[in-house]
Amino acid sequence: MNLMFIKQILRDMRGQKLRTVLTLFGIFWGTAAVILLGAFGYGIHMNQQKAFKGLGEDIVIVWGGTTSKSYEGLPRGRRIMQRVEDVELLKKQIPEIKYISPEYTEWNKPVVYEDKRIVAPIVGVWPEFGPMRNVIALMGGRFINQNDIDDRRRVCFLGNELKEQIFGEEKDAVGEMIRISGVPFRVIGVLKEKQQDSSYNSRDSRKIVIPSTTFVAIYGQKYVDNVVWKAESPEVHKIANQKYFEIMGKRHKFDPTDKQALMIWDTTENTEFFTYFFWGFRIFLYIISIATLIVGGIGVANIMYVVVEERTREIGIKMALGAKSGFVLRQFLFETMFLTSFGGIMGFLFSSSIVYLFPRLNFDEYVGVPEISAFVSIGTIVALLIIAILAGYFPARRAATMDPVKALKI
Amino acid sequence: MNNTMIYMKDIIKFYNTGTVKVKALKGIDLDIKGGEFVSIVGPSGSGKSTLMNIAGCLDVPTGGEYILDGESVENLEPNELAEIRNKKVGFVFQNFNLLSYATAFENVELPLVFANIPAKKRRERAAELLDRVGLGDRMDHRPNELSGGEMQRVAIARSLANKPRLILADEPTGNLDSKSGGGIIDLFEELWNAGSTILMITHDQTIAKRTNRVVKLKDGLIVSSLENGNGNH
Repeated sequence: MNLMFIKQILRDMRGQKLRTVLTLFGIFWGTAAVILLGAFGYGIHMNQQKAFKGLGEDIVIVWGGTTSKSYEGLPRGRRIMQRVEDVELLKKQIPEIKYISPEYTEWNKPVVYEDKRIVAPIVGVWPEFGPMRNVIALMGGRFINQNDIDDRRRVCFLGNELKEQIFGEEKDAVGEMIRISGVPFRVIGVLKEKQQDSSYNSRDSRKIVIPSTTFVAIYGQKYVDNVVWKAESPEVHKIANQKYFEIMGKRHKFDPTDKQALMIWDTTENTEFFTYFFWGFRIFLYIISIATLIVGGIGVANIMYVVVEERTREIGIKMALGAKSGFVLRQFLFETMFLTSFGGIMGFLFSSSIVYLFPRLNFDEYVGVPEISAFVSIGTIVALLIIAILAGYFPARRAATMDPVKALKI
Repeated sequence: MNNTMIYMKDIIKFYNTGTVKVKALKGIDLDIKGGEFVSIVGPSGSGKSTLMNIAGCLDVPTGGEYILDGESVENLEPNELAEIRNKKVGFVFQNFNLLSYATAFENVELPLVFANIPAKKRRERAAELLDRVGLGDRMDHRPNELSGGEMQRVAIARSLANKPRLILADEPTGNLDSKSGGGIIDLFEELWNAGSTILMITHDQTIAKRTNRVVKLKDGLIVSSLENGNGNH
């Protein structure tokens, strides 16, 4: 393309400031909308996924319940409680279960370190609890292990908020001795901070975790408060759940189809719902933003029709001098592309700076960190290109197929 | 240069303007040899411009035969006609038809751009042409910075860009005062003397007299074609 025509486009843009600004704004806003909605949709989605990980992915929590069906001559309404022996048996007999752990809970037990006294929830669990619930120790510490269980060691793992409350931010807690219900415990690890948006007793950041055997030795509980388990894979999840009820039903004499005998919270159901929900949400955002961009494109097409009208005479002159229709077509197509890419680049810059600056506002706990993914960028460029070609082609074609004699008469 | 430049046989042109059919040309027979300077005269509405447009392949006739420089232009595609206009024909209009945003230089360059001439050659040629019409020092001026006579000189330089076989001028002095108009006719005469074939519409009898033949149109027909007797160059 000749430099002369680029100069002309720029002159034209400057000459028709309002028109140019409005046209560019349509594309600018459309581009910004696509990118921002894409980036924030992504951020919110990822944030939500991270929050799910806080509780643990695809885990099932099982509490005791009350039978709602009579079984082998036994009446309804019997209380069913789970014991640690049940959990051991389940672990042995259900190969589809990857991790399983009993969980004992005591609320508000006194915790003392030097002259500091607080109360905190205490839970007793197996080592598998860690990977299931994404309970990861900070550097220098560890979670409960099998030896702790076997030897009933008096060791504890602290939630990160609780650690700060007891030891302050600076001091290293690992290796320190604290008293829980008057019994001395050694701190073996501190929770690495994680996002958790749901829980069934209290947030992991506010808990003290000790070995299940130690827990029973101190508090003497006969029954576990709940069991947490996770299947080998989502495919065998339902089978594992069914076997769980069958084995427990046999041991505690209840109908395995009795859903009330044990209370369960199956988080896979949430995960599935939210996965669909968030994809729906993101698709909705994309549709809205693409529509915005298309409206911008229609604006450009309208402007280009006006431009072609205004330049009818110029088109006639060029045709008289021997310009072929392809030349005229390319000129207007190029002009549309130029306008569109200008608006698109501004939209990109605007939305990138928002995405860049946004994390500084510290809203990431609620809406996550927006991110301009490759998918969104490439998608936007492709959409802009298609819009530019469509918005430019029809006006350009009108110009290119003009009758030179008529065009010159205007 | 005595070959036939324009050969028209029974050229007719009808326009459909809504319900009315306008018969602009009703059967034109015209024969112009290479090197002629022909003026076309006639009242307005007589079909002069239509004839000019058809001669320059800007428009196509409704019927009849037209051979330009030995090449039949019947049934040609719009792009093929564009190529003929670009290579064989140079247009000079009454209202100059320069691109207002482009400089004199860029205006002259335009037909060379359409002919895909490389930039370097294009610049040389444009400068040479502007020199020839006496505007060597005004190349970077835009049309609104030039007088009418100068604008028409730019247009003439532009019409010569691709060394056309035929120059078509539609009342080139119509928008000019007599002094600059005279200068333009001098320029055409110069081109004629150098061997160009020129077809020019004019209202001005004194201008018509300076050409070697006057073709008179009326109601879409040629009513006379008279040699001026000022020789065939």
